[in-house]
Amino acid sequence: MVTMTLPDWLAPYRDLMRGKAGPAQQQAVLRQLVWPLLGIALFLLLWHWAAQNIQTSLGQFPGPATVWEQTQALYQEHREGRQREAAFHERQEKYIETRLAQQPDWQPVRRDYTGAPTFFDQVGTSLITVMSGFLLASALAIPLGIVVGLSAGVHAAVNPLIQIFKPVSPLAWLPLVTMVVSAVYTSSDPWLAKSFLTSMFTVTLCCLWPTLLNTAVGVTSVSSDLTNVSRVLRLNAFEHVRRIVLPSALPMMFTGLRLSLGIAWMVLIAAEMLAQNPGLGKFVWDEFQNGSSQSLGRIMVAVQVIGLIGFLLDRLMLALQRFLVWDKSAAQR
Amino acid sequence: MLAGLVAIPALAETVGWPEKAELKFGFIKLTDMAPLAVAYEKGYFEEEGLFVTLEAQANWKVLLDRVIDGQLDGAHMLAGQPLGATIGYGTQAHIITAFSMDLNGNGITVSNDVWQAMKASLPEQDGKPLHPIKADALKPVVEAYRKEGKTFRMGMVFPVSTHNYELRYWLAAGGLNPGFYAPHKGDTSGQLQADVLLSVTPPPQMPATLEAGTIHGYCVGEPWNQQAVFKGIGVPVITDYEIWKNNPEKVFGVSKAWADKYPNTHIRVVKALIRAAKWLDENDNANRAEAVKILARPNYVGADEEVIANSMTGTFEYEKGDIRPVPDFNVFFRHNATYPYYSDAIWYLTQMRRWGQISESKPDSWYLQTAQKVYRPDVYAAAAKALIDEGKMSAADFPDFENEDGFKPPQSEFIDGITYDGRHPNTYLNQFPIGLKDGDRL
Repeated sequence: MVTMTLPDWLAPYRDLMRGKAGPAQQQAVLRQLVWPLLGIALFLLLWHWAAQNIQTSLGQFPGPATVWEQTQALYQEHREGRQREAAFHERQEKYIETRLAQQPDWQPVRRDYTGAPTFFDQVGTSLITVMSGFLLASALAIPLGIVVGLSAGVHAAVNPLIQIFKPVSPLAWLPLVTMVVSAVYTSSDPWLAKSFLTSMFTVTLCCLWPTLLNTAVGVTSVSSDLTNVSRVLRLNAFEHVRRIVLPSALPMMFTGLRLSLGIAWMVLIAAEMLAQNPGLGKFVWDEFQNGSSQSLGRIMVAVQVIGLIGFLLDRLMLALQRFLVWDKSAAQR
Repeated sequence: MLAGLVAIPALAETVGWPEKAELKFGFIKLTDMAPLAVAYEKGYFEEEGLFVTLEAQANWKVLLDRVIDGQLDGAHMLAGQPLGATIGYGTQAHIITAFSMDLNGNGITVSNDVWQAMKASLPEQDGKPLHPIKADALKPVVEAYRKEGKTFRMGMVFPVSTHNYELRYWLAAGGLNPGFYAPHKGDTSGQLQADVLLSVTPPPQMPATLEAGTIHGYCVGEPWNQQAVFKGIGVPVITDYEIWKNNPEKVFGVSKAWADKYPNTHIRVVKALIRAAKWLDENDNANRAEAVKILARPNYVGADEEVIANSMTGTFEYEKGDIRPVPDFNVFFRHNATYPYYSDAIWYLTQMRRWGQISESKPDSWYLQTAQKVYRPDVYAAAAKALIDEGKMSAADFPDFENEDGFKPPQSEFIDGITYDGRHPNTYLNQFPIGLKDGDRL
């Protein structure tokens, strides 16, 4: 028997549908629907008004209408890109056929499409890169954070390093990462592109710290009652971490992870812009360099998408936290 | 879509199969990258069995570094880049070129204020300033700046760029010293003894930098001079066609190691590029309108069509409204524009010497040897012959390879009237009033 329970925030609407329109429901609708919509509408108006009054050398600053237009144009370009891709593959098949007729012992190789990535391709690239960098950072930071939290000695040893590396800007890491990746990763037929690795490692280096610190703090603040329980039960180190430390530290860890993911996303765009690595950052930089009358509008679309994705990533982490953490009240907002 | 209509012909066996089929070429957002875009869009690369990705680069330095470390197989380069890298100015690496991408295509733009000050002293004809405008007209402006204790700054795109040499040539011809380099003393600013301070700005950022007032003028390729006119940021005063008629401009560069490893691929790339260049100039530039449409795509140059069209279709707009015909503003194929002449390479080397990037004076033989190390007409000839054999081009399209020694006849159409003969670089250098001569050392 499966019971469907509505999320709390939907309850007022259910009540309204059932004809229960009390002050509580009105309050909820105001808070969740009316005020936010009002805020957005006001923002759009303000934006529209401000845009009309800013003249740049590339024309008027893009307002909401221009952005909407450019969004559609970008979608159209994406569809055209896909058609080109299909045509490319068709031509390639013909090439393979012709060449095989002339050189029967040739082993045909099918190449990926060589055309320019569309805006949506770039969004995809950025998402993959940010998740890779973030997962790598988490895989390093969580275990390290646990060790740092459990041992005062390790904490004392590592803390100065954390404090020094934490504030380093991605723009400072990037040249180092680029050079190291170029020097170390010298496969002639690389499985992963160098540009992907440099973006990813830069993201990792920058978003490691919040998770590390918060995990350590979370681990340190396990209540002494629980630690005593663990002693009484004679849990071994592994079991102690799994059953006592992790569950109590989880809320703090998630605070760190959410901060990290936010940083990862911001760092990635900056790194892509600076290093011209594929992704949304490169899209923005290319458009800036194009200097066409549509460039600002297209950059504005990218800005909105970057913001929206950042927001959705945060929500994703929140949902994960709600799912994994026993103390649901810790996962508010 | 364009390429979709091109059927793949029999893959003629005059050149062997490509050793490497997946290639990535870099370019800078400038209209003279057109042969690359056209070779891609018209399917010329694919007809050679090459699957090419074209990728815009942030600036010339990044582009060169990526060719050297192998992230790029080749790139649209400043003619000075393979030469500079090979002789070890800036970055040391052996880069070669077998294909010159175009003639002309640059301009010098000054800010509106500077233009107003210059305009006062310019002779007029039919109510318009008489062209070509020499730097003599700029000299009083620069002096006025100095009196006020301000420095006069101009932008160019890279230390070994055509633009650097053209800007210096124009300034020096007008009696303004653009400054010297002294790499043996560790001075690579190029501002020793300078009347005008030149510095590097990436091409697409030129108009914005001028607008911000960081520089007072610049020398850059298209569309960034026309962009300044369209946006009311500045006024182009002269094109490089008027500084040196039909000067060699960009080249397609690859690393020597790459070329040695993939000889057939290299020839096939050059084949595709030659066809693209021919397409661009065919029937009196009949295809230019289509080329403009291609270049205006955001993944290539990306500027507005009308801005790109201004220079690509044989006109050039100086002061707003002052549109004049410059039919050879961009030459991609005629006048043997694509052939890698040693004399072109040697001219760049003379300018490196003139401004001190080459600290020591060199014998004439060194100039030729260096040119031969970098410029590879043999690869070009192999590509051209293959195209002739396949019936895609005719022998009349090319120089007579049997008797070609790589030297253009002495050229005298420079703004200062000095004659250049590539066989005698030191004699050439000794004629300049401003610049290092044989035996000079800073």
